[in-house]
Amino acid sequence: MKIAVPLDENKKDVCIVLARTPYFLFRENGNDAIVPNPAAQAQGGAGIQAAQFLVDSQADALITVRCGQNAAQVFQAAGIKLYKSANKAAADDLAALEQGTLEELTQFHGGYHGIQ
Amino acid sequence: MKIACLSGKGGAGKTLTAVNLAAAAEKAVYIDCDVEEPNGRLFFRPDHVETETVCSLLPEFDAGACTGCRECVQFCRFHALMYVKDKPMVFSEVCHSCGGCSLVCPKKAITEKKKPIGILETGDSQTVRVVTGILNPGEASGVPVIREALKKAEGLTIIDCPPGSACSVMESVMDADFCILVAEPTAFGFHNFQMVFQLVSLLGKKCGVVINKQEAPWEPLERFCRDQGLPILARIPYDPQIAAMASDGRIVSREDPRLREMFSHILHTIGGSL
Repeated sequence: MKIAVPLDENKKDVCIVLARTPYFLFRENGNDAIVPNPAAQAQGGAGIQAAQFLVDSQADALITVRCGQNAAQVFQAAGIKLYKSANKAAADDLAALEQGTLEELTQFHGGYHGIQ
Repeated sequence: MKIACLSGKGGAGKTLTAVNLAAAAEKAVYIDCDVEEPNGRLFFRPDHVETETVCSLLPEFDAGACTGCRECVQFCRFHALMYVKDKPMVFSEVCHSCGGCSLVCPKKAITEKKKPIGILETGDSQTVRVVTGILNPGEASGVPVIREALKKAEGLTIIDCPPGSACSVMESVMDADFCILVAEPTAFGFHNFQMVFQLVSLLGKKCGVVINKQEAPWEPLERFCRDQGLPILARIPYDPQIAAMASDGRIVSREDPRLREMFSHILHTIGGSL
């Protein structure tokens, strides 16, 4: 099982945005890899581009604070499960997921379209 | 000649100005490009209205012909295409209908399909041909409707723009020969006025200012116009009678000779400056 988490500049905390997160942390079979997000600087459609990256990375699950409708539609089509981040540090969220205490993400926003 | 009326904020008086300019002319075409909330027709109440559908193009994929090469996904600079579970999918509200995906597809697996996104209404109100662009609720971009509406321009054309200074406004003023910036003499009105002034300057448009709802001059606005050499074409007073007539859907320049004179004068001034 491969799990993805959007990661802040400090490469430690969960990034509150998904589409323009600077990094993704991937955990697979106990090994961690930190990869730059190719959609971070996208002018538009960043959510779709980031989702494509996660689909192509063959992630099975994603832990995130929030997720837009377009990206959610993609994850659903690709069969990627979404979990709601409950901790500041990505490591704590990953541990919580392994213990089965993270809740699934069921609310999606309509997109920010460049608005902060 | 095409004259566009625009303002940074809503409620400044774009429609009041545009409708009355068209009504004060001997003959004019009035085009409502505020496609999300067109209201010029409420004043003109045009007769013999004809309706036509406006469509935008969306890619459709032939699953049998698609080999999954992803050329289309990589080409789309708007990231409107995705490749999931061995097939491409399109996000219609992100797609800009450029047609690029169908051009780059080596297997010709993409065709462009028409999707209705709004309508155009065309009718007559005395000497004014009234064209109204109406975007269907829920659609993300009114630009295709604005583009179609502007094709109806003929002779003296008055373009009623959407509020703000975004893409839809840019599209509306693109072919204008003159821009009228309608401003309220307030701090808020002045701020938004500067934004649209920046836009029309960038596009190299000739422009002038109509100050609406004026009780007393707003000094920063006056100073700005002086410094930029911007002509003040008219000052519409803060007058409860104008407001009452407008709220009844009446066209002030058809009823009040002094106001008719004021709007004719604006047309005359602009005509002379081109």
